[in-house]
Amino acid sequence: MSDASMAAAPRRHRPMMAELNILLVLVGISLTFEILGWIMQGQSFLGNWQRLSIMILQVSVVGIIAIGVTQVIISGGIDLSSGSIVGATAMISMSLAQAAGYERAIYPDLTGLPVVVPLLAGLLFGLLCGTINGVLIAYTRIPPFIATLGMMVTARGFAKWYTKGQPISFPSDSFAAIGKGMMPVFIFLVVALIFHVALKYTRYGKFTYAIGANPQAARVSGINVERQLVRIYAIAGLLSALAGIVVAARGLTAQAGMGTMYELDAIAMAVIGGVSLTGGRGSILGTMIGMVIFGVIISGFTFLRLDAYYQEMIKGVIIVAAVVADVYRQKKRKKA
Amino acid sequence: MPAAGSSRPRPIKTKGETMLDRTSAWHGEYILEVDNITKEFPGVKALDGVQLKIRPGTVHALMGENGAGKSTLMKIIAGVYTPDGGEVRFAGQPLDVRTPLDALNSGIAMIHQELNLMNWMTVAENIWIRREPLNRLGLVDHGRMRQMTAELLGRLNIRLDPDQQVGELTVAQKQMVEIAKAVSYNSDVLIMDEPTSAITEAEVEHLFAIIRDLKSRGIGIVYITHKMNELFEIADEFTVFRDGKYVGTHPSADVTRDDIIRMMVGREITEMFPKIDCEIGETVLEVRNLTLPGVFHDVSFQVRAGEILGIAGLVGSKRSNVAEAIFGVHPAPIGDILIDGRHVQITCPSDAMGHGMAFLTEDRKESGCFLILDCLENIQSALITRSHVKNGFIDLRTVAAKAEEMAATLRIKTPSLRETVENLSGGNQQKLLIARWLLTEPRILILDEPTRGIDVGAKAEIHRLITKLAAQGVAVIMISSEMPEVLGMSDRIMVMHEGHVSGFLDRAEADQVKIMSLAAK
Repeated sequence: MSDASMAAAPRRHRPMMAELNILLVLVGISLTFEILGWIMQGQSFLGNWQRLSIMILQVSVVGIIAIGVTQVIISGGIDLSSGSIVGATAMISMSLAQAAGYERAIYPDLTGLPVVVPLLAGLLFGLLCGTINGVLIAYTRIPPFIATLGMMVTARGFAKWYTKGQPISFPSDSFAAIGKGMMPVFIFLVVALIFHVALKYTRYGKFTYAIGANPQAARVSGINVERQLVRIYAIAGLLSALAGIVVAARGLTAQAGMGTMYELDAIAMAVIGGVSLTGGRGSILGTMIGMVIFGVIISGFTFLRLDAYYQEMIKGVIIVAAVVADVYRQKKRKKA
Repeated sequence: MPAAGSSRPRPIKTKGETMLDRTSAWHGEYILEVDNITKEFPGVKALDGVQLKIRPGTVHALMGENGAGKSTLMKIIAGVYTPDGGEVRFAGQPLDVRTPLDALNSGIAMIHQELNLMNWMTVAENIWIRREPLNRLGLVDHGRMRQMTAELLGRLNIRLDPDQQVGELTVAQKQMVEIAKAVSYNSDVLIMDEPTSAITEAEVEHLFAIIRDLKSRGIGIVYITHKMNELFEIADEFTVFRDGKYVGTHPSADVTRDDIIRMMVGREITEMFPKIDCEIGETVLEVRNLTLPGVFHDVSFQVRAGEILGIAGLVGSKRSNVAEAIFGVHPAPIGDILIDGRHVQITCPSDAMGHGMAFLTEDRKESGCFLILDCLENIQSALITRSHVKNGFIDLRTVAAKAEEMAATLRIKTPSLRETVENLSGGNQQKLLIARWLLTEPRILILDEPTRGIDVGAKAEIHRLITKLAAQGVAVIMISSEMPEVLGMSDRIMVMHEGHVSGFLDRAEADQVKIMSLAAK
């Protein structure tokens, strides 16, 4: 896709640089696993289509959240509530999506509903949680970390309270279809495309970058900073809810603990993808590459039959390394 | 003394010589000597061979307009900046400080305008921080610390409870704590940066009593101010800086108020101002009795189409707050704003923009530029909040074309509009912000320090541009701390002093002395 605004501006592809660097990191990591694969397992890592598709499938649910988190971080904030919203939404939507005639349904009178009902209920719930986050951050001026931490604990509590800890199962076929096969990947790609366009070509995107780069200057430029922040967090909540629906549909069951730690994985994907935690910098494209890097690392470790404990430890190291790299990049830019 | 990383000469110590205590070894006339100090920042010579000589047991006022270089010199003495040339001598020895702590340890204490106390700690804890008396177990001995504090405060006639939390004190009381802290280090030199800027008359008297007491103990005091009456009341000598240059030092008994004003402003206007007289039309903006309680009061003025209204005043005159109120950044609750004779409500910048206003803020890094974004994003940010959006999508092609054109008109020097703004020079950043506002085609343009910190060439270009805009019928309000700029550009000048309008001057009658006497009162 060519950048429309480049038409008039002299052609110097500076903005692509960041994504290109991350892409190189991805290539490097993939090749490392390829080489290790031949040495340790005697087989190819990349030359296995099935492995690659499972890998993408694994990360695309968190990827949906990461899209929402990306715009939050670009605006200079953070969202810790995504994982809990996944859990709560999974419960709500599944309770309204149970197949007709299932006797032990949560709402025995509300089985076999059209698929839009659980879908809308879930999305609205996420939108509501996100809006509460946004209003708290924009109007009470409490730090995003605290506002979304509160939502993280509250939404998780809600998910557990909803059925007093009981899982919910037996969705209708049409609901289950949302998570079938490569459907989650497809949903992720559509969401990513929409937000790629929104961040690059609409006022919504420009305002988001402006607020992250300098909220005071954004305000003086005539941007309604508060309203924009509410929108950003509301949309992040909406996307978390979408991920919750996909998770529930894919698992054919909903549990209160679903989505635990997803928020951190999503933040990690964005950060690995070059989204700066200080705000104002980053892109959906970067986050997508970050997501794939994340996936390659997890599936690479599984492929090398390394213990799951190592995976977590390495994941932690990589997140910190990505932030160190970001800080280093900024220092270098300032000197230049 | 540790080796300096700079080119400053170090004391030569010959074999067999003992390092004597600095005060007993020293018999000179001056405790602190600043000699030929030069400091350059990109595009500005902040200090150009200045000197300052402080005798022990005297109060020495350092005076000058905004930007005269007073603070820069203080930062050099405190070790925040390294001078490009020259030398600071303390008790006859070259001074080598690289941190405020070094300065304190060498016997120089500084009380900044912004007080550096920890609000959640007690008076005693603040004074003895890092030097707390310890008991045998290595724990802080609070009893002794309290006693030491009480003694210290008693010696200085400061009536404060050592156990009181600093956050509960008034600004003046906090200043007393800072002074006590400075004295506790047995400092020989105390530097005070505009200590009376935030305290009441009665508190000023108490402060002066303490200063006189310190003086009698042989401490040399540097007193930075631009208040004339204080100078005569407390200072024995004074030094004036102007535009980073040393103007002179005199005993304060020998001069009059007018002499000092002349020393402070008596520069020649070397820059050329392309001000042309243009037709002045109807009143576009009128402000009546605008008041933001505690900040500014009863500000009233009018600006007409094609007119440039200059607003002059010293730091603390609250000029920028008035501009922010008019533009809705921090709206003022009392007073009226009229545009074309009609009352308008302005509660946010977007409202102001709707009425054809544009506002170039004072601090381009703080509230102007999106430093990490590119030029195009910076130029278009105001425009796209109000127009050029179809079906939710920004008309990027048109916006970019307009931005290109404006950048070319203003001769913004950048490899491309895709360049990140932090890589541009100050002057180009400023032009970029002007471009941002010009794209919105304003009828009322408020400029707060439009040429601060930019080089002479860019300055002249911006001045030409402002004149051109006025000629096109834009009503311009220009806040500036640079006298030549205010005098050279304005049709009328409004002078502010501590939140009040202290007078208006017409272009024909205005001169530096008149402005200064209205601004300094």
